Amino acid sequence: MSTLTRPNVGRKTPRVFYFMVLPALVIFAVFHTVPLLSGIYFSFTNYAGYGEWSFVGLSNYINLFRDDRILNAYGFTFLFAIVSTVAVNVISLAVAIALNGRIKFKTGFRGIFFIPNILSILIVGYVFNYLFSNSVPAIAQALGINALTTSILADADTAWIGVVILSVWQAAAFNIIIYLAGLQTIGGELYEAASLDGASSWRQFRSITFPLIGAFFTINMVLSLKNFLQVFDQIVSLTAGGPGTSTESISLLIYRGGFEGGEYGYQTANAVIYLIVIIAISFVQLRILQRREASF
Amino acid sequence: MTATAESAAPRTSAPSGPAPKALRRDRTKINWWLTALVAACSLTVLIPLYLAVVTALKTPDQLGGTGFELPIGARWENFAEAWTTVKFPRALLNTALVTVGAVLLTLLTNSMVAYAIARNLHRRFFKGLYLYFIAALFVPFPIILLSVVKETAILGLDNQLGLILLYTVYGLSFNIFVYVAYIRSIPLELEEAALTDGASTWTIFWRIIFPLLGPMNATVGILTCLWAWNDFLLPLVILSDPAAQTLPLAQFIFQGQFNTNYPVAFASYLLALAPLLLVYLFAQRWVVSGVMRGSTK
Repeated sequence: MSTLTRPNVGRKTPRVFYFMVLPALVIFAVFHTVPLLSGIYFSFTNYAGYGEWSFVGLSNYINLFRDDRILNAYGFTFLFAIVSTVAVNVISLAVAIALNGRIKFKTGFRGIFFIPNILSILIVGYVFNYLFSNSVPAIAQALGINALTTSILADADTAWIGVVILSVWQAAAFNIIIYLAGLQTIGGELYEAASLDGASSWRQFRSITFPLIGAFFTINMVLSLKNFLQVFDQIVSLTAGGPGTSTESISLLIYRGGFEGGEYGYQTANAVIYLIVIIAISFVQLRILQRREASF
Repeated sequence: MTATAESAAPRTSAPSGPAPKALRRDRTKINWWLTALVAACSLTVLIPLYLAVVTALKTPDQLGGTGFELPIGARWENFAEAWTTVKFPRALLNTALVTVGAVLLTLLTNSMVAYAIARNLHRRFFKGLYLYFIAALFVPFPIILLSVVKETAILGLDNQLGLILLYTVYGLSFNIFVYVAYIRSIPLELEEAALTDGASTWTIFWRIIFPLLGPMNATVGILTCLWAWNDFLLPLVILSDPAAQTLPLAQFIFQGQFNTNYPVAFASYLLALAPLLLVYLFAQRWVVSGVMRGSTK
């Protein structure tokens, strides 16, 4: 990677390279960096999204930690994101290994498992909503499973499980493909040698497969968690944050409070905390996973 | 999605000598139990789609039960009704316009920016620019959400054009990451030869590099297409005119209703999912391998 770009034999950078990047730099700054900075700025004000505003110092930030609705949103979002991340990675890795095995119709199955990734999660969410509210209770009734005869989405304690199922259903599609790409980098010779030595399938997985796809595992864990922490569409179509506010995610709360609730300044303060949390988690996760990977 | 494959096992392509015959046969034998298991698992993907199809073909009074029963006499009128209720042609046109625009603009601009960065990474300015774009990957969208909406409204970009621009800008971070890695694996000799022949950097990029980026363009194009086509949050907050509604947004109409007509709603969902699903049916191999390539670069 490092030796490829020879310094252009001591010459100055042709000016044309600057022309290639400057428009992108300006537009990116206007639509990404400026909103980011103005968001941070307004988080110190009581701006409602319209009309007059004044500086309120850190009071938005202090109030955040005393606001049950905010704390509840963080609690739900983290519970959801951690459970979904673990579930989606376990399931995707298992499916990818099976797909990489000696099975018939490989490409066909691969194509089927990828379907959820090309569908709008919002629309699929509406179908799942019907499935959870009507189909599952009806089936449970017929089978005599009392616990499931009412919709899981209607119960504040179980609604989050519905969101997990929908999210894992969709996210698995992408992760399977990534793991499959990783598995295909491992030569079959390694397994041949291992089975000649009498290693069991589990042993082969632990000593060959998993260490060799470590990089893919790390990246999938980090990206899944980061994506799940930003959950939005799934909730809009499944529960709309309900029952009550039991499945209100941080993104949904920022959107609702900021747009509909006249809490622009307050919710941007929430978003700043959220930004710090996401960055911190991504870094911690990368550090831990990389160290673990190296210890193999 | 950007694991470095080279840090994992290098693909050992050297022939490993004649393997014992029994082992060879064992390796190529189909494992039917595993195939059956995979087939069973793939049902979890298909069941929700099946539910959507049968529901879309029912009359409202056939709805009771588990929902998995086959419809008695398919009611195709549901689709006609859905077509007019959500103003399907208009929504489809909007979505197609935004998606095609976003994909084209992304391919043309992001690859060029990545080229300039990749060939000058040893210079402080370009290195800084690279890190600046990549850092944005860690910024969650909600923090810029409210300000971006204000900004686009002020600039008169609260429409399809604004969406095209935003997808191109927000995709930049990830796409540059993918493109730069790929461009740096292209040997410099070609460019140097062209340079001595008197070709300008523009010509070199458009004539030599851009065509060589084919596989990466496919990957970036596919991912951008899926994103722009299915995205919900950005159109929800950016578009101010209901006539500009995209397909996912148009489905909202069924939510506010007091008594949802499920068959019509489901027919509409299927209509919205169908275009991409059809494209995927024909280009499946290509799409999946495109996404896989993005993950190993």
